[in-house]
Parts: sequence; C-alpha cells; structure tokens
Amino acid sequence: MNEFITGMAGVVAAATPVAVAVIGETFSERSGVINLSANGLIVLTAMVGFATAYTTGVVWLGLLAGFLTGAAAGLLISFSSISLKQSQVAVGFILSMLFRDLAYFLGTPFMVVPGPTVQSLPIPVLKDIPVIGQLFFQQNILVYFCYILITFSYYWIFHTRQGLILRGVGEQPTSAYSRGIDVNRQRYIYTALGAGLIGLAGPMYSLCVKAGWNGTMTGLDGIGWIVLSITIFGGWNPLRGTFGSVLFVFLQWLGLVLQSRWASVPSQVLQVAPFPLMILTLLFVNVGDTEWVTKMLAMLPRSVRGAVYRLIRFLRKPPPASLGVPFERE
Amino acid sequence: MNKNRGLIDFLFRISGIAAALLFTSLVLLVARANPLEAFANIFMGVVSTPIKIADTIVAWVPLILTTCGLVIAFTAGLMNIGIEGQIMLGAIMTTGALRLLQDSGLPPAVIILAGFLAGVAGGVIWALLVGALKFYGGVSEIFAGLGLNFIATALSLWLIFGPWKRAGVASMSGTAPFDAALWLPMFQGFRLSPWSLSLAIISIVVVFILMKFTVVGLRLKAVGKNTRAAIQMGISPSKYMLLSFILCGVFAGLTGAVQVLGVYHRLIPSISSGYGFLGLLVAMLVDYQIIWAVPVALLFAALNIGGIQLPIMMKLDSTLSGVMQSSLVFFFLIMGGVRKKLQRKEEKPSNE
Amino acid sequence: MLIELIEIHKFFGSVHANNGITLTIEPGQILGVLGENGAGKSTLMKVLSGLICKDSGKILINHLEQELNSPSDALRLGIGMLHQDPHDFPSMTIREDLQIWDSRTGVKKSASDWQQLIAIQKDLGFHFDLNGTVGELTVGERQQLELVRLLWLGVEVLILDEPTTGISAAQQEVLFAALKKLAGQDKTIIFVSHKLEEVKELCSRAVVLRKGCLIGERQAPFNENDLVELMFGRQITRTRTSQSGTQDICMSVRNLSIEDFRIRIENVNFDLYAGEVIGLAGMEGSGQRQFLQTLAGLKQATGGRIEIDREDINGKNCFEFQKRGIFYVPSARMEEGLVPGMTLEEHYILSDCEKRMFINGKNSRMITETRIERFNIKGRAATNSEELSGGNQQRLLLSLLKDPARLLLLENPTRGLDIESANWIWSILRERCQAATSIIFSSADLDELTFYADRILVFFAGRISEPLPSSGLTEEKLGRMIGGKDWPK
Repeated sequence: MNEFITGMAGVVAAATPVAVAVIGETFSERSGVINLSANGLIVLTAMVGFATAYTTGVVWLGLLAGFLTGAAAGLLISFSSISLKQSQVAVGFILSMLFRDLAYFLGTPFMVVPGPTVQSLPIPVLKDIPVIGQLFFQQNILVYFCYILITFSYYWIFHTRQGLILRGVGEQPTSAYSRGIDVNRQRYIYTALGAGLIGLAGPMYSLCVKAGWNGTMTGLDGIGWIVLSITIFGGWNPLRGTFGSVLFVFLQWLGLVLQSRWASVPSQVLQVAPFPLMILTLLFVNVGDTEWVTKMLAMLPRSVRGAVYRLIRFLRKPPPASLGVPFERE
Repeated sequence: MNKNRGLIDFLFRISGIAAALLFTSLVLLVARANPLEAFANIFMGVVSTPIKIADTIVAWVPLILTTCGLVIAFTAGLMNIGIEGQIMLGAIMTTGALRLLQDSGLPPAVIILAGFLAGVAGGVIWALLVGALKFYGGVSEIFAGLGLNFIATALSLWLIFGPWKRAGVASMSGTAPFDAALWLPMFQGFRLSPWSLSLAIISIVVVFILMKFTVVGLRLKAVGKNTRAAIQMGISPSKYMLLSFILCGVFAGLTGAVQVLGVYHRLIPSISSGYGFLGLLVAMLVDYQIIWAVPVALLFAALNIGGIQLPIMMKLDSTLSGVMQSSLVFFFLIMGGVRKKLQRKEEKPSNE
Repeated sequence: MLIELIEIHKFFGSVHANNGITLTIEPGQILGVLGENGAGKSTLMKVLSGLICKDSGKILINHLEQELNSPSDALRLGIGMLHQDPHDFPSMTIREDLQIWDSRTGVKKSASDWQQLIAIQKDLGFHFDLNGTVGELTVGERQQLELVRLLWLGVEVLILDEPTTGISAAQQEVLFAALKKLAGQDKTIIFVSHKLEEVKELCSRAVVLRKGCLIGERQAPFNENDLVELMFGRQITRTRTSQSGTQDICMSVRNLSIEDFRIRIENVNFDLYAGEVIGLAGMEGSGQRQFLQTLAGLKQATGGRIEIDREDINGKNCFEFQKRGIFYVPSARMEEGLVPGMTLEEHYILSDCEKRMFINGKNSRMITETRIERFNIKGRAATNSEELSGGNQQRLLLSLLKDPARLLLLENPTRGLDIESANWIWSILRERCQAATSIIFSSADLDELTFYADRILVFFAGRISEPLPSSGLTEEKLGRMIGGKDWPK
C-alpha cells in the first residue's frame, strides 16, 4: 500500500509539466490559435532551462528562461499566422522540427552533466495529513505552483470577464470585434502566454521530473503531441485537461510497473503505449460527430436517443469555433 | 511592371534563403563555432569523394519518394504527418515478405519484387488507417498519423527484439541481414543502387504526369483548394481524399521497401530515418511543384550527408542540418507571407 | 447626440459602395434608411459604427470631427449597432454574453450592475432569464438582448440593420414599441430597412439610398408610392421576353418542408414546366437559399417529395441530382463555385465530365477558346479564376454548366453585375430555356424578377406564396408582398 502511495505521489509530480503545458495550449487554442510546435518547444526549453540553471547555478533562472523562450516562440507563431496569415498547421509543424533540432544541436555541451534541481519542499502541517499529505503536500514548489495555476486558469477562463473575452475571441471573433475588442491583440497575448507555459514545462522536466539533459536520449520527444491531444480530450478546460494529464502519467506508470512483472515485453513497446491510447481517446471523443454515427443515431428509438446524445455531448466538447481561422475585419 | 514583380519575387525567395543562412550562422556562433568553417565542412562532406556524392543520392532517393507521396496528399489538402509510420510499415512488410520467401528457393528477382509489393501494401494499409480514422472516426489526420507513427515504431522494435530477433543477441542494430542475393544490385563500390535511383526518377515523372496531365490530378487539386466548388463540379471530396491517402501510402511503402532492399538489407529500429518528416518540409517548400523537389530534395539530402562531417571535424552535433533545413522552410514561408502582405497593400489604392 | 456625415466614400474593389453620402442625424428621432439590397445601407452604417473604415469623408459628432477606426471608437462615443445576424455568443449564457465588452470603450461597470439591466429590460417589456443560453433564444430575442445590452452600456445612438428579418410579428411589435419609447428618451435611432411598411410605421424621417448614392429624403407622413419610386427608380427598361414554359412537367414538388436553425418552410407545392423560368422574390435570408439548395440535393429536406419523371429523389445525395441534370450555381462565386488558383482551362476540363484519364490538351484548349469567346469572358485560358472581375466570374460559372441540363438553380445570378452584363447573361439563359432547360433563380432585383421570370414565388417570414404569373404582377405589388403586405390570410 505504502509503495502504491509513493508511486502515486510520483505520478502527481510527473503529471505537473504535462498539465502546465496542456493549460498553456488550452489558453492558446481558446483564443483561436493552434500551437502545433509544442513538441519541439518542450524539448528546446528543457535544454535552455537546464543550460541556464547549470551556467548560473540558479534554478529559478532556468525556469524563467524556459518561460521566456516559450513566450518568444509564441510571438513568432502569432506573427506568422496572425499577421502574415500563414497556415498555423504548417508553421507549427516546421517550428516543432526546428526547435527540436536546435535543442539537440545547442545542447551538446550540457549533455550528461550534473546540474541543479528543484528541491522538494514539504508543506508543514498539511504534509502530515494521512495519504493526502503524502500524495499532494510532500512535493516540490513546482507542483504547488501547478495547483495554483490549475485553479487560477480555470477561474480565469470561466469566471472572469477577461476569460469571457478570451472565449469570445475564439468562438465568434466578429462579435467580439464589434464589441470593441482587439481580436488579434488578444490572440497575440494568449498565444505568447500559452507558449510561455508550454515553455515552462521543458525546464520542469530537465530540472525536476527527468533531471538533466541527455540530448536525444532525454526522452521528451513525443510529449508535446500528447499534450496537444490531451488538450482536445480536456475539452479546452483546465480541470478536465489536468485530469487527462494525470490519467496519462498514471497509465505510463502502470506500464512501467507491468513491465517489471512481464519481462518478456520489450520496454520500447510499453513506452509507446500512450499513443494508441491517444488515438482511441480522440476516436472516442470525436466519433459521435461523424456522418455515419449521426445517421445511425437517427434510426434509434427516441427514448434511447436522448441518452446517447447526452453521452456524446458529454464526451465531445466542441472546439473553439474559429480555431485555426485567421480573423479579418471587413 | 511585370518584370519588376518577377524580380521582386526572386529577391524575396533569395532573402528567405539568406535569412536562413544568417539564422544558422547565429546558431553556430552561439555554439562557439565558426559558421564559415561549418558550412565549408558540410560542403566538403558532400563533394569531397565520389562515395559521398553517391551517398547524397542514396539519401535523395527516399526523400524524393516521400515528397512524391506528400505532394499528392497536400494537393488534396491533407497534412499526412503519418508518413513516417507508413514508411516503417512498408519496411516491416518488405522484411516480412523477404523472411518468408528467402528459403523458398524462388529466384531472387521474384522475392525482391514480392518485397516491393508487400512494402507498398504496408504503406497503403497504414495510410488507409489514417484515412478511416479521419472519415469514420472524426480524428484529425495529424493526430491519427502521429499516433500511428509511434505505433509503427513500437511494432518494429517488438519485431526486432522479439520474433525476428537476430540469432544470439537482439540489439538496436536490427534483424539479421539478408543474403546478398536479395539486395538490390548496386553500382560497383558504392551503396547506390541503379534500381532505386530509377525508381525515384520514375516516381517523379509519374507524379508530374499525374498532377499535370491527368484529370484525377486536377480533381485532387480542386478538392484541396475548394471542397464546396468541387461538389458543384460533381467531384466527391471524400472519395478523392481517400485516394490521395492511398497514393501517398504507395510512395511511403516504396520508400520503406527501398530502405530495406537497397540500403540496410535488414530491418533496423529507425528505418524511416526521418525521411517522412523531411519530405513534409520539402513538400511545403516546393508548394505543389514536384519538379522543384528534385533540387530541393538534393539540397536537403546533401545537408544530411554533409552534416555527418560536423561531429568528426568540429565536435558539433549533426542536427545542425535539421536546423538548416527547417529554418530554410520557415523563412521561406515567412518571406512569402511578407511578400503577399506588401502586394495587398500595393494593390489596395490602385482600385480607387 | 448630433451626427453629421459629410461626403462619405467607400470602395470595395471596384464597387463604389458609398458615393459621397452627406447626412445629418438629430437626436430624439427615428431615422429610416431605405434602399434595395446592395444599395449601400449596411456599408454606411458599418462606417458609422466603426466596423469598416471609410475611404474618405468626415464624421462629426456634436460638431467635433471624430475618427472611427474600430467599433471601440464608436462605442466610446456612444454609438452602438445591432447587426442583422446578432453579433453575440450563442454558446454562452446570457449573463456571460452580457459581460463581454472592451474596457477601452470607456464602460465602467462592475459586473454586479444587474439591477440596472433588469430595469432597462422591464422598461422595454422584454424578459430574459440571465442563466439561459444565448443559442437557445429566437433571433428576435437575441436582438432584444443586444438592444438591452447596448443600452446598459450607455449607448446614445442605436443603429438597427434590418432588425425585423427572421422575427415574428409579435416580436416586431414589441421591438417597435421599445424603439418609440427610446426615441422619446432622446436617443438617436437609425433604422435600416427595405420594408416600406415598417419605415412608415416607425420613422419620423427617411432617407433613400440607391446604388451607393443618397438620392432622396422625406419627412413623415410618407407617401408609399413616392418611396417606392425613390427606392427602385425608373431606369433602363428591359425588353420582356415571351412566356417560354411548355406543358411538360420537369419537376413536381409535393409537401416539401425545409428546416434550418433560422428558417422553417413548410408544405411547398408546385409543378415546374420544362423551359420555364421561376423567380424567387423576397428579402434576403427568407429561405430562398435553403430552398435552392434543397432542390439541388445539397440540403436534406425534412419532409415531402421532389419528383422527377415520377421518381422521388428527395434524400439522394447531390451527385444523384447532378446525374439527373440538376445543377446549382451559388451566389458566393469564389467561395462555393470556382476554385481559386486554377485556370479557366482547368475549370473547363473538370466540368467536362467525360471519363478520361489524361487531359487532352488540344481538345481542352479548343473548348476553352470557344467558351471564352462564346461567353465573352475577359480572360485567357491560363488566367486564374480569382483574377477575373465579378461579372466575368459569373460568366465563367455559367459557361461551366453542362449542356443539356434539366434544371438550373441560380442563386442571385446577376448580383453585383452592371446592367449590360446582366442582360447578356439573361440572353444566354433564355437560350437554354429554348432547349427545354428550366430555371429557378433568386434575386433581390424586382425588375429582374418581373422581366425574366414566367412565374414568381414570394418568400416572406417562412411562407412561400403560390406561384404567381409575373405578367399579372407589377413591381409595386411585388414590393408590397416582399414587405409582408397583401398576403392572403
């Protein structure tokens, strides 16, 4: 039992960077901009954050560097997709490749050197609560930051006027514009902020969860894509997104545990287990919206249909209506 | 006026390349390396010996094959990121066919042909899976493709470390090599096979003809550019999108088969070597013009081969080639955007 | 608030949407802005509300010149606009929707000022549940919501763009009462409409726009015939073509019903004769588009039969309709009809449905050349479709239609074209009718409808009239019906 709780505490810690990145992507997509560069960006900022912390010896400077690098990348994406109207998918994909290669190239001097890490910081009193204390309050400061971020971002998006404006811009930019809102400025701000958060996830790995920089062996390649799909799974809601992140890390952990039991399954196979899961989740979430399912549903008896519709609507939160579409005033 | 515009277009193109070179130089300076020395090393790494030139062409072949498939997918408006997995599945199926037939006593030519066919089948199956997920599951081709890439990787690793384990120890170096009789014949002293080279050339010609001279190519283009107009013209978008997935899968499968039969002669873990993603970059850069893929893919292949020199000569990581390739495409796109923006500004007052 | 517009010009490409409009609007009055579709009313109002920028001219508010570069500028000055499609957020609750504004507009409202909102709402006789979802309201209610919202934010000038489209008669009554009340409170109200009856009922003064120019101004009480003449003018008269329908039935429509989030049309019945031309009259957005798309198989009807040669083809996909010779020509040429980035020649190859593998260059070149010449398209075989002017795009679209065809469904076939091009296009279409092709077209141009259609279906608020022989219809009578008058109970 104790072993299990330790494992779960590890899951909580390992889920934080994923959750932070998912929240970042959620902000960006809520405003209407897909940041498809997340995968490369996490790798790059992991390297930049580690290098900064290693050179200066100050951990938080590493985190700051990650955030700033991410924000700069966000501005680059905004500029090319909002101001220059280039395809968000194309720009994101290219930048994802560029960031990743840049990280591997510039990161060579920092390969496999011991660097500073974030220290664990149990919270007095709370840490002594049985189970819960062990799970949530014997962590490091980044995890606590993540608690705040989840609460704050949820509150911001759904319970503040600024959050309403953010959602409005992503849903109906024309309506938002005719109410005096500068749609493109909002998109610039939230894309930069969101990319900054994704950028924070990098150093959260290299300075904490998977401390150190090991070049291509760091094992961060692929996480960004998972982040993007958890954002969809999470229905662009930070709470659901956090749940998705924890679920993902839990399944990864489960894979590791199972691996030690089943020595015959090669480790590489279990490592990619999240990906078929990603497809299945997206399938599960989206299939209700396809033509053939709609046709099939129309044939169901009325009594059953209502329940099925409700289930589909619960599973599939529609994406922001103008996601990926540039805004042009008349 | 027209002459001026042509010149301006040309200057923008050049400036994209210049910006990419400048960016790469900056990156090199950050890494405390001399950019000129690095560029010189890359250049020498490509042209210094005939073997290196041949190696560049060996890398050019798969890049051309994937680009051919991707140009078709792009034409129909599909971002087929899953091409990496499609290549891998092609390679896996080819290897499987060869393993099955190698002791059958059939003539090597027949076995090789079977290998190619199996590879094509593998690529098509994987591509159709993406298509099915898109049309019947509502999953975007980007995520479906990516997920299937990782699954293909896992599959090949499982095969290499499991059922197709090399006698003795399983290792990252792949399955046991095939008998030399089952290799694609090569030019004496080089790793380059005339067969794969001709395959690449034929592919370009085929795609060029498909895009330029056939009604199907034109229909794909219409679907990609305006789905609703295509419907008015009696073209069913979903049918043609599936077709483009299949065609792209064919080329991906061929790529996998060539890598197994002509280059590695066995299945290795990362058999696709990133040629799928690189092909995406090439396809974005050439903007539907397959002919331009010939020089661009050559440049990208050269950067790949030349980049190998960097760790040896300057202790730099060879991923610099990746930085150069993607920054080239990025700045090209940016400059294209800037040019269009300026043109719009220029045109506006002329209407009044 | 006193508003003065001086010499306002606005171009969209080569279209002169506002041509030197000068207009003074005084507070406390309801000003009607009348004009046909495309007369430039909406453009002028969008200029005043900052949604689009004028190309030249001056806007004075209380004698001070103001630059209205964005809606936030206009809102800061107290100018608010109600759009034809409510600019709101259907996925949100009403409470959430109401809280979206920009602080640059100078609004300082603690979000708890709900009492004031409820007071306004009560005052105007509206009722909303603040926790309800915007998307579940009717269009009329959404308009009321927008009205309340703007007043809550302290707007002094209200612009309403065709506010009665898609709302019920009862809702219209409530809206008009509210507007009269507001005018009494010294607000300035600008009421944009093409419905004479409404302007007559509501406004104290009316201006008429035609083809981008302000051509007249009248004070209440209005003479309807006088306004009609101002709106539609008496211009080049077209020669009326002879009745072309035969007695062979081309298509029968029985009990057809069409549903949309906005429009609900029920029980449509008529027979279309081979070679006949039927015109669809009505205010834009009264269901003509949905009707045409349903007949083209692009939209699924919710009930009824569409019979061709005694076979019901309702429910089949659009390709089946095309196989039976039914083709649709959309109004949005570049968005739905033509492929940007493809040349004229490529368009002709695609529309030429012969099952061929390779493009026959010589043949297609020949077809292209002859069609370009025959349809008088100002462009070359290698010209991209988006480079053509609007009129030439329309000619290209028509030249792509297969010949022979059973039925052509044309949505606003001559919109945005000059008279000459329009006449020419009709001469071509009439030739097709001689070859027993039937045509159903929608148009906002009454002239066009009465001259080219053999029979006319009038659309109003979800109702479709019996097919009316156009020979018995005057423009005036048609105008009244479009505006909802003279309908059989």
